[in-house]
Amino acid sequence: MSIPNDPLATSRPETAVVQLEGVGLRYGDAPEVLRDIDLTLPKGSFHFLTGASGAGKSSLLKLLYLAARPTRGTARLFGRTVSALGSQDLPLMRRRIGVVFQEFRLLDHLTAFDNAALPLRIAGGRARDYAADVAELLTWVGLRDRMDAYPPTLSGGEKQRLAIARAVMARPELIIADEPTGSVDQDMAVRLMRLFVELNRLGATVVIATHDNALARQSGRPVLRLDRGRLMREA
Amino acid sequence: MRIPRLSLDLPWMRGSGRRPGPLLPLEDARSAALIFVMAALAFLACMAAMGASAGGRAAEGWARDLRGEATVQVRPRADETPAAAAARAAETLGGVPGVEEAAVLERERAEALLRPWLGEAILEDLPIPQLVTVRLTEAAPADARALNRALAEAGLDAVVDDHGRWLADVERAARVAGLIALMVFLLTAAAAGAAVVFATRAGLEARRDVIEILSLSGATDRTVAGVFQRRFALAAGLAGLYGAVAAAGVAALMRLAGGSDGFTPALPLAWSDLLLVSPCPLVAASLGAVAARWTTLRLLKGMA
Ligand SMILES: Nc1ncnc2c1ncn2[C@@H]1O[C@H](COP(=O)(O)OP(=O)(O)OP(=O)(O)O)[C@@H](O)[C@H]1O
Ligand SMILES: [Mg+2]
Repeated sequence: MSIPNDPLATSRPETAVVQLEGVGLRYGDAPEVLRDIDLTLPKGSFHFLTGASGAGKSSLLKLLYLAARPTRGTARLFGRTVSALGSQDLPLMRRRIGVVFQEFRLLDHLTAFDNAALPLRIAGGRARDYAADVAELLTWVGLRDRMDAYPPTLSGGEKQRLAIARAVMARPELIIADEPTGSVDQDMAVRLMRLFVELNRLGATVVIATHDNALARQSGRPVLRLDRGRLMREA
Repeated sequence: MRIPRLSLDLPWMRGSGRRPGPLLPLEDARSAALIFVMAALAFLACMAAMGASAGGRAAEGWARDLRGEATVQVRPRADETPAAAAARAAETLGGVPGVEEAAVLERERAEALLRPWLGEAILEDLPIPQLVTVRLTEAAPADARALNRALAEAGLDAVVDDHGRWLADVERAARVAGLIALMVFLLTAAAAGAAVVFATRAGLEARRDVIEILSLSGATDRTVAGVFQRRFALAAGLAGLYGAVAAAGVAALMRLAGGSDGFTPALPLAWSDLLLVSPCPLVAASLGAVAARWTTLRLLKGMA
């Protein structure tokens, strides 16, 4: 069953954070890696995105955090058509989105503290004002003693937690996480999921891509499934 | 003496005093090679500026000398000895307003002037023309017409050379030297700008990953450009300082070696010329800032 039949897809546009219609994506001249995607994410929703490796999960998320533009169809974000966005609009739109990248993409030349503080700093915040908040969040994800460490010296799980801290630091309206719990143990995974749930409860729209079908199903949240570039919905 | 260590524990020294690290890794603009190239260019630009200033002064000096004197060649008539005609011409010219002094160029002195060129043997038979050298007043020098008229009224047949041709040559040479100095300056500035453009481009390419994260986190192109701009302004300013100090040092050595005339009478370097290098660091920094900003904004537009 494809998404257009999903009741979520018909929710009113003005309350939708993400709206994709007939979207396709290809890299260069290669065949499309995403095909005929119709997807609506209402404000305050919480979705899991699953699919086999190479199905296109990361590619779909790239469209949502404005790192790629559809090569076909129309995409709307926060009610605005993506293809019509000018270069001045992009930074402001991106500040409303928090991303946990599959490969973390931390800045190796900055401390854990500065990495986590990055979105606040880019939005014009001053260290004096945000220091306490950053320290608190890093403590919560278990990096209290690693705040002055540089990413290359962090373990995989520590990097992942730092990446999550950075993504949610500025309280974004849309949180996009690509395999956010792949490198941590079960207990930490549960703890981190609680962070996303809590932020969702406070109003954030959340999309989490994962290989872990069990985790997605147990959550009781709607699950989107990608199959070779096409979007299906799991019952 | 031991310096006491601070043992205070004030709030601002803890968390809130944390200085954020630089948005981009530091090493790009600090490349020793880049600073060396820019310093060398700054050195050349400073040398060109000082050379132009000293050259201008030399040309001005020669022009003043040329403007201040004239030479008169007297052609004696049949009823007068050459020496008598020359003496009469000198006396006549000495009375013309605008003339400081007029004197016959003695045959010995004329021969001394010619000897290195012609040799002893020829001089014996050479009919050397009778010359009168005229020194003109500085304030209101007499012109060739006034001298000619006075000579004609005294019934003397003479040719006045007011050195106008030499003067024109010196002035043209000075203009050309000035233009060359300006071209050297513009070329070095352009080369320094190009060096910054290349370095900025390399820095952007090397840090593409970082810049992408900054952009995806909502950084504007201007923020990223600002980082590169500050960094390369600093590097270029530093290079400008090195180049300027080196040029001033070399010029000071030349000045000291040259004694009272400056390096040579032909290039009368003055101590004040050394001041010409002072704007160099600032000019270099501005150049670095503009080149880095322009390059960054242009490349980011392509990356978006
Ligand atoms: N930058 C790129 N250039 C070219 N092809 C790409 C690029 N990124 C992804 N692809 C291709 O697009 C397809 C989907 O990749 P994508 O990363 O979206 O899959 P995924 O579902 O996230 O996989 P995984 O679970 O392994 O992370 C793959 O065939 C991949 O090779
Ligand atoms: Mg992926």
